Amino acid sequence: MFILDALEGFGKYISMLGSIVAKPEKLSMYWRETMRQMYDIGVGSFWIIAIVGLFIGGVTAVQFSNKLLTFGFVPMWWMGSMTRDSMFLELAPTISALLLAGKIGSNIATELGTMRITEQIDAMDIMGVNTRAFLLGPKILGSLLIVPILVIVACLLGTLGGALAGELGGFYTWEEYKYGLQDDFQPQYVRLMFIKSYVFPFLITSIACYKGFYVKGGSLELGKASTDAVVYSSIAVVIANFVVAFLFL
Amino acid sequence: MIVTQDIRKSFGEQQILKGINTSFHPGQCNMIIGKSGSGKTVFMNCIVGLVIPEEGSILLNDRNIVPMNQKEKSVLRKEMGMLFQKNALFDSMTVEENVRFPLDMFTNMTMSEKSERVNFCLQRVNLPSANHKFPSELSGGMMKRVALARAMVLNPKYLFCDEPNSGLDPQTALVIDELIQEITREYQITTVINTHDMNSVIGIGDKIIYLYEGEKNWEGSNKEILHTENEKLNDFIFASEFLKEIRKLNNRTI
Repeated sequence: MFILDALEGFGKYISMLGSIVAKPEKLSMYWRETMRQMYDIGVGSFWIIAIVGLFIGGVTAVQFSNKLLTFGFVPMWWMGSMTRDSMFLELAPTISALLLAGKIGSNIATELGTMRITEQIDAMDIMGVNTRAFLLGPKILGSLLIVPILVIVACLLGTLGGALAGELGGFYTWEEYKYGLQDDFQPQYVRLMFIKSYVFPFLITSIACYKGFYVKGGSLELGKASTDAVVYSSIAVVIANFVVAFLFL
Repeated sequence: MIVTQDIRKSFGEQQILKGINTSFHPGQCNMIIGKSGSGKTVFMNCIVGLVIPEEGSILLNDRNIVPMNQKEKSVLRKEMGMLFQKNALFDSMTVEENVRFPLDMFTNMTMSEKSERVNFCLQRVNLPSANHKFPSELSGGMMKRVALARAMVLNPKYLFCDEPNSGLDPQTALVIDELIQEITREYQITTVINTHDMNSVIGIGDKIIYLYEGEKNWEGSNKEILHTENEKLNDFIFASEFLKEIRKLNNRTI
């Protein structure tokens, strides 16, 4: 029964994604809505991403520095490359995605779910609006346009956090760290970061849209949809993280 | 004009609509009444194309909505306005943006033309100074007026109202009824109203159909409904002891 329900849900999700791709009734309205979503996601999440990025970079540097110091024979400029690679490969895209799953995932599911139970979506349907395309499309597109920029911010600030932590803790100098940053730079790590920066927001927003758009019932179901959106999109991000790394590294 | 022919709809084993034939004419307030669970909402949802009946046809000026695909329905729906029970105003938009939304989406009017039309509609529903308020700042009656202004902004041929007086006090309900009737007559709209409110039915019901367990049990006007001999309909209209007493007194007077 669980498998059948899961398959039915997956089919409905795929069908929803298919119906989003449609000719807009009016392009300017769709573009305006996409801009609004980009603003909400981008500006609304900037500070949390920036703060978390900075401190994740710092804590990575502190913890690895302590480990390297116990070894003794490893040059401390390695910390530059280790922090850089950790941020590119894992911390910036994945931690940002998990934070965004909590923040924008629940926002989107609640917004759409409220619109559903208060008949706002039915009202748009009756007007002749393609509600899937108009309500879901700009959210997904907006996240695809803005989240990679947030990931770049998290990556840069994380790298900066590593430098600051090293200086503050006296583990290494800025010159050592800079040398490490330039050592053995792998362009495919940046490519992998960008692949993740597009795959993760797509999963987060589309799953949240699915959970919110098809809510039935009242406030209890709305709360469950919001929680499910966060849980399922976080699980999807973690699984996709493994798949992307496996395929592209 | 809307004509429904032999509309049948089931959900699982339960047959909700059991072959409804009727017609709704332009310039008239057509009321659908019946007990909860009698199939009123499903019937209206079939007419607007939100629910697809298993059998029968629904002709809106000779165009059958039943076999239409989503794209064809979207074209037809631009001729429809709907007033929802819970108003369904977009809570992130102001009153003006709510009313302007269909114009933004479906017309190429300039901003000044749109503003003119929005202001006209808001004045028509007697709400001239609420343009910049949000739905959460409005009373129930004001929200109904905004919803009505939004429903009429594209000059619809058909207006559907689902429980338009739900949650309103009797005086405000009367005002909303009169407004719906005025707009219906003025613009020759085919208006279909789904209601439990007998004041509305008797006040503005040019044509009334009574649904009982998924079937059309009675059809007539507001002049005829009070004198009908239909027992099921009388049980519905004169449900309370108070109304039964009034009916007895009325019969004695006659």
